[in-house]
Amino acid sequence: MTLWFVFALMTVAAIFAVLWPLGRGGRAENQGSEVVVYKDQLAEIERDLAAGLIAAPEAEAARVEISRRLLAAAGSEPVSEPKSNLKWRRAAAVLALVGLPLVAAAIYVPLGSPALRDFPLAQRERGAGSGMAQSLDNLVVQVQQHLEKNPTDGRGWNVLAPVLERLGRFDDAVRAYRNSITYNGESPERRADLGEAISAAASGVVTAEAKTEFERAHALNADDPKANYFLGLAAEQDGHKDDAANIWRALLAKAPADAPWRPLVQSSLARVGGGGTMPTLSDETISASKDMSEGDRGTMIRGMVERLATRLKQNGDDVDGWLRLVRAYLVMGARDKAMGASIDARQAVANDAERLHQLNEGLKNLGLDG
Amino acid sequence: MIAEAGHYALVLALALALIQSVVPPIGARLHDAALMNVARSTALAQLLFVGASFVALVTLHVTSDFSVANVYENSHSMKPLIYKITGVWGNHEGSMLLWVSILALFGGLVAAFGNNLPLSLRAHVLAVQAWIASAFYLFILMTSNPFLRIVNPPIEGRDLNPVLQDIGLAVHPPMLYLGYVGFSISFSFAIAALIEGRIDAAWARWVRPWTLVAWIFLTLGIAMGSYWAYYELGWGGWWFWDPVENASLMPWLAGTALLHSALVMEKRNALKVWTILLSILTFSLSLLGTFLVRSGVITSVHAFANDPTRGVFILLILCLFIGGSLSLFAGRATSLKQGGLFAPISREGALVLNNLLLTVACAVVLFGTLYPLAMEVLADFKMSVGAPFYNLSFVPLFVLLLLAVPFGPLLAWKRGDLLGVTQRLLTAGVAGLVVVAIVWAWTRGGSALAPLAIGLGVFVIGGALTDLSERTGLFRLPFATTLHRARGLPRSAWGSVFAHAGLGVALIGIVCETTWNSEYIATMRPNDVAQVAGYELKLDGLLERQGPNYREMIAQFNVSRDGSALSVMTPSKRSFTTRGSSTTEAALLTRGASQLYISLGDVTADGAIAVRIYHKPLVLLIWWGPVLMALGGMLSLSDRRLRVGAPKPARAKQRLQPAE
Repeated sequence: MTLWFVFALMTVAAIFAVLWPLGRGGRAENQGSEVVVYKDQLAEIERDLAAGLIAAPEAEAARVEISRRLLAAAGSEPVSEPKSNLKWRRAAAVLALVGLPLVAAAIYVPLGSPALRDFPLAQRERGAGSGMAQSLDNLVVQVQQHLEKNPTDGRGWNVLAPVLERLGRFDDAVRAYRNSITYNGESPERRADLGEAISAAASGVVTAEAKTEFERAHALNADDPKANYFLGLAAEQDGHKDDAANIWRALLAKAPADAPWRPLVQSSLARVGGGGTMPTLSDETISASKDMSEGDRGTMIRGMVERLATRLKQNGDDVDGWLRLVRAYLVMGARDKAMGASIDARQAVANDAERLHQLNEGLKNLGLDG
Repeated sequence: MIAEAGHYALVLALALALIQSVVPPIGARLHDAALMNVARSTALAQLLFVGASFVALVTLHVTSDFSVANVYENSHSMKPLIYKITGVWGNHEGSMLLWVSILALFGGLVAAFGNNLPLSLRAHVLAVQAWIASAFYLFILMTSNPFLRIVNPPIEGRDLNPVLQDIGLAVHPPMLYLGYVGFSISFSFAIAALIEGRIDAAWARWVRPWTLVAWIFLTLGIAMGSYWAYYELGWGGWWFWDPVENASLMPWLAGTALLHSALVMEKRNALKVWTILLSILTFSLSLLGTFLVRSGVITSVHAFANDPTRGVFILLILCLFIGGSLSLFAGRATSLKQGGLFAPISREGALVLNNLLLTVACAVVLFGTLYPLAMEVLADFKMSVGAPFYNLSFVPLFVLLLLAVPFGPLLAWKRGDLLGVTQRLLTAGVAGLVVVAIVWAWTRGGSALAPLAIGLGVFVIGGALTDLSERTGLFRLPFATTLHRARGLPRSAWGSVFAHAGLGVALIGIVCETTWNSEYIATMRPNDVAQVAGYELKLDGLLERQGPNYREMIAQFNVSRDGSALSVMTPSKRSFTTRGSSTTEAALLTRGASQLYISLGDVTADGAIAVRIYHKPLVLLIWWGPVLMALGGMLSLSDRRLRVGAPKPARAKQRLQPAE
């Protein structure tokens, strides 16, 4: 409320500045004119002459010149007396009273944030208006101040870096991760985290610099999930969608079932057209994999099959799943594994006559009798 | 509340400026004194509101209110107080706010002290001033608003560019802006004169103090900036022909020409149209400088941010004002009455020569600045125009100018006697030649031209002194009369003596520094000794220290000459964690006008440190010269007397036809 009161006062002051001269009327006040200047110049000549700075003939010549200018100036002086024009003065007054506040409001309202109060630092440190985010910020500042004085404290950088990243201060996070690597030594996680921060600072683009970090992490530990995920992302951003899909498929294949990042990788895989949320060993998938290199395809299929097998071990009710698994083993040429799987399947559904029948029919179609 | 009140004050200033641009010219047309007087009160109110806005921003910086984006981006709570204040204009938005504040200051000064002006002229001047102000207020509010807020304020700021965390930032930009923006007044006077269609000697009298103030500050601002670059950037160079430096040099050259042509106009009522044109050009070059620096066309320490919309906006302002004023000039100039006549060899003639050389030099610098930019834009071809170009083009022009400088003040108005003047300058000329001979005999190495250039500097100083002795009648008249005359001499005469002598002083400094500067670059370990120009510098050791918002590594040097210890020098390297960058702080040891200069490089793996040591003979003269010039300007400014150029009557018809 105070703010609006201050705004109103300021506006009134501004309007007053325009109205004041209008209200005083065109009182004739002393104003300068050229005539005054030339008269002063004439006086100046007398003074210079008296001081001996110029000689008499020169003074005379100057006097004549200036007198001429004086005459000309007096002749061209505006003869018309100052007039007062009430109509225009009223218009100016209206302009000030209406136009000025309107212009001010029209400009200020879209730009200003009148609802926001001041946040001087001293007041904030005293704890006024502290929220959760506020106190986290305070902690960050304290850690930063500590690190400024003890820059070799590797643990400090380790703690600070992820917090900065979560706060969205990616450039600072990059610096913190770098320091962490300098003072704590290299590890695949730190390299990958650094890469992640670099690409976050580049609004998600895996830059060459970030990619280098992920490659280093990958070299230190080929199974590091973050490095693999981002290398896939880099491939996708470079337009190599198949490479990306391969990297992610391999990643999923090796991943523990409860890894929290699993859905992220799966959805990324879906985005590049590498299959849905679950590895469905459909004919399309397998035929799509024919475009891949031999090794890639093998890796991909093995990963998917293993994943399916794990799932079926936990929940054996899925007849279609068993059939897909068996068929996959057959396609891969692992007939013994296919036999093993079909025995497992029969055991799993043995208690349910309907499903057992279904399974037997399916196995017969695949050419696995008995 | 401070932030929002400051923001609103800026908006109100714009609203007032808009009224000030429209109402007074209407009043002048209708001869209505009340409407014309609106200019005065709105100009003062505008100053009040912009001032309040500026104070608000300073307060926000001092209290580290990071809810203001500008403070967050350019300040840090641990910065020393002085840098919190100077940091206000150490960034794009804040520096533009300083720009308009100074513009409003000049407008307010004209409003407050312009009682000696005709009412309509004052109304027009202030209206033009308001046009400029409106354009820049809009620019600030739309593209570079320093009062934008952050809803969830961060707890710590991003800190100011470390290079700018120096006392130089407290002095250099405000001075330079006082100079740049000060020329807006002579621009406004010129436009007002064109609108009114009347111009005469009185006009020059009225503009004089404003042009002088602007020129003084611009001179000091450029000199200060050059000294700052010299000690902060760590290369020991003081002028790089960098486009940004050129951007400040061009208005200075044009402004110097304007100062001299306005002199002719005031005293002799001649060169009127030319003076108007120079007023327009000088401010246009100031605007061009602002554009070059602020648009991000050039990347340098000065370009705080590169934002294309800003560039386009300033370019629009530039086109509007330069194009508009020049078209107005083209339309109206022919109707202006021509003034007094003069012979080619006369004081007026000398001043025309001065103007000619200065404007050509200015055009050369303009070409050197814009040509590479044009090539880059049009032909996608990167090039840089550096010292060799200017040495071949700018330097010869200035040599000619300096040769002519001593002659000018000694020539009589209207018709001069070149032979007589030459005789009177004989002493100065001989002094110059003697110095050339001495320098030739004493020094070793360096360019053969250097002694000649030093002789020229001595000649310029001698010429200034000759002028003084001629006016006071020193050696001709009894000493008491001389003293009496010296006291009666207008202060503006003293001013021109100082300003011209300052040129010579600066020239000597420049030549000595560039010719006999000695350099020592090496990696040094503790207890190593460097020998430079007769000085022995022993590296005592390296130590680390924690500053308020940086860590610094200090190298301690013991300086001695001929075995006797002189002083300890401590150059350092500072690293700023927040910005993750570092600066070199050079150490300077002043001996007379010469300086020893040490700046540090990187530390090698085995504990040695790269060191650059320079001995710069008479380097300080480079800046004493401009200070002397500014002093001359101030003396001239303090001279409130009217000026008359008494013409020399033609001998034969002395009585009959004294003047025309």
